[in-house]
Amino acid sequence: MAGAKEIRAQIKSIQNTKKITKAMEMVAASKMRKAQDRMAATKPYAQKMRSVIGHVANSHPEYKHPFLQEREVKRVGFITVSTDRGLCGGLNVNLFRKLVAELRAQDAKGVEIDHCVIGNKGQGFVQRLGGNIVSSITHMGDAPRLEEMIGTIKVMLDAFYEGKIDALYLAGNEFVNSMTQQPEVIQLLPVQPIEESETAHHWDYIYEPEAKDVLDGLMMRYIESQVYQAVVENVACEMSARMVAMKAASDNAGELIGELQLVYNKARQAAITQELSEIVAGAAAV
Amino acid sequence: MAMTMHVDIVSAEEEIFSGTATFLVAPAQMGEVGIAPRHTPLLSPLKPGEVKVTSQDGEEQFVFVSGGMLEVQPHVVTILADTAVRAKDLDEASAIQAKERAEDALKDKASEVDYAKAQAELAEAVAQLHTIQKMKKRMGGGS
Repeated sequence: MAGAKEIRAQIKSIQNTKKITKAMEMVAASKMRKAQDRMAATKPYAQKMRSVIGHVANSHPEYKHPFLQEREVKRVGFITVSTDRGLCGGLNVNLFRKLVAELRAQDAKGVEIDHCVIGNKGQGFVQRLGGNIVSSITHMGDAPRLEEMIGTIKVMLDAFYEGKIDALYLAGNEFVNSMTQQPEVIQLLPVQPIEESETAHHWDYIYEPEAKDVLDGLMMRYIESQVYQAVVENVACEMSARMVAMKAASDNAGELIGELQLVYNKARQAAITQELSEIVAGAAAV
Repeated sequence: MAMTMHVDIVSAEEEIFSGTATFLVAPAQMGEVGIAPRHTPLLSPLKPGEVKVTSQDGEEQFVFVSGGMLEVQPHVVTILADTAVRAKDLDEASAIQAKERAEDALKDKASEVDYAKAQAELAEAVAQLHTIQKMKKRMGGGS
């Protein structure tokens, strides 16, 4: 049995660790709330955008935007949204596992892959994987701004325009609730046909200056808003995953301290007993 | 009662304005447009500028947009505002930056390890420099 002093030192060190994990838990909890608000704020834009595009795509047959056209797939792009920092449980690991499964499936079809990574962890992972990273952005903080991502996304959109890639996927975490995050891979391009509810009467917009220009701008913003939403959602996921992970760590630390305390008390008791018996034995010898 | 329409101004990051209005002026690409209720459906890009919303009681409200999209339906007007000023060459520049970042990341494969190594080397060099300076001083004092 280790000496009482060593055990005391160990308890102290675990207590310090617990303080840190506890603090991280609380920070993550408060950041999560903000991230969730931000996530909710992005919803109306994406919804509006979707309904407008749905309408335009259905009501405007004479100009078909390249983003809406299916073509033979030889090379695809993947936008991977991950966190910048670790200590958030299995969030990134789960996402990467899903991503690898998806990449394998593409690989089996003989399709080549270009990567666009958002977040430090994703960049590191794709690099180790030996993937071809064509654009990246990291360290956007807890309040990412669309402005910062425009260039990163544009690289992929340009590649699609030029025919370098024939499909674009987005891999990120879906925020189900604060305890559950679901990794998912969705197809961004070509845009999946959006169904329209009211097909009864046909009407069309007046386009200024021209349908083509308007649609180009609209499509670009649509994809950007999708990616932005994924990034904001990922921040919310990161915070809630970190909160859960840190809570587990704090609980574990508490348990460990309890157990060590018991051992410490026993050791202390044993030392006192031994000392006593030594004194008694000494007295008896005299 | 005057006819009204619903106006939503949203950006990718937040909802900026939502309410009813009797008239709206927006800086469309081809020139300023005024939209009254029951306007025919219209879709147009916006230039950076001010959107003026006149509410039911005649109050005027101004919202600055740095570009975006204007969608008009007879009783609903939606402005999808940009969060930043967009210009083709600006976008181009940031795309090039994104590419460069990716290339940089690929170039130094073990960047974090290298960073630690470089730091250690730097510390060593600084220590050497210190010693050399000290020695120089001592030699200077001696002669």
